[in-house]
Amino acid sequence: MSIITNINKVFDHRIRLGIMSVLMVNEYADFKTLKELLGATDGNLASHSKALEKAEYITVEKQFIDRKPNTRYSVTKLGQAEFKKHINALEKLIKKQ
Amino acid sequence: MSDKDYLKDISTIKNLMNKSSRFISLSGLSGILAGIYALIGAALTYYLVTTYSYGTLTLDGWVFRYVFFILFMVAFLSVVTGIYLTTKKAKQNGESIWDGSSKRLLFNFLIPLVAGGLYILIILSQGRYGQTGGLMLIFYGLALVSASKYSIGDIKYLGFTEIILGLIASLYPGYGFWLWVIGFGIMHIIYGTYMHFKYDVK
Repeated sequence: MSIITNINKVFDHRIRLGIMSVLMVNEYADFKTLKELLGATDGNLASHSKALEKAEYITVEKQFIDRKPNTRYSVTKLGQAEFKKHINALEKLIKKQ
Repeated sequence: MSDKDYLKDISTIKNLMNKSSRFISLSGLSGILAGIYALIGAALTYYLVTTYSYGTLTLDGWVFRYVFFILFMVAFLSVVTGIYLTTKKAKQNGESIWDGSSKRLLFNFLIPLVAGGLYILIILSQGRYGQTGGLMLIFYGLALVSASKYSIGDIKYLGFTEIILGLIASLYPGYGFWLWVIGFGIMHIIYGTYMHFKYDVK
């Protein structure tokens, strides 16, 4: 059951998968963009991004643009590697059927 | 989690990767119309050149200025129609017209196009206009290929077609006009129709 071990529990949620998907193909994304793309609420997105940040899969950068707070997310090298592993595991699981 | 959920996961991932990095609301109809403008422009040019200029073009003549004006109008109308129809389609798709993905698309489209446009103007000013048709096709094709990474992938093939036509046109400058007609007129109509039925009509 080595495939199952590659299924990463941290990614086991639609919003987290979504955040990772967007960040894999974009250099960065800000809070508002992610919210619109994922159709998530503020609290939902904040808590799930925090979980990914805690696992060191993404980095969060807070800054001010025109005096408005702006939160930028980007994926780390570790996050990229783990997400790729996760996708491979998903695909293998599907093919097995 | 059942297998169906895994499948759904994968499709969610693919969907979001596309949606967040590609601008997909390009309108096929605007391609068709651009092709029609190009054909009308080419017909007018053909008429002007064969009637008043005995089949040859000189840079300082008034015919050339008219041809230049026609070319400009074709480009202008195509861009305006493209923006209008694309905005409309983006609204239907709930995609914003001016976000990261559309900016990237435009930026990558414009680099080869502007470089090529300036190059063509420069060699025109040096009196070497035999290659103009071919160069327009080649640079436009490169612009499409470069933009295709940030939009519907199919425009890549239109880009390849334009580049090949452009290379043929530079081998046989005498047929430059007709290859231009095929590239900008007929190919736009063919690809526009294809994209219209593949993406617009659902």
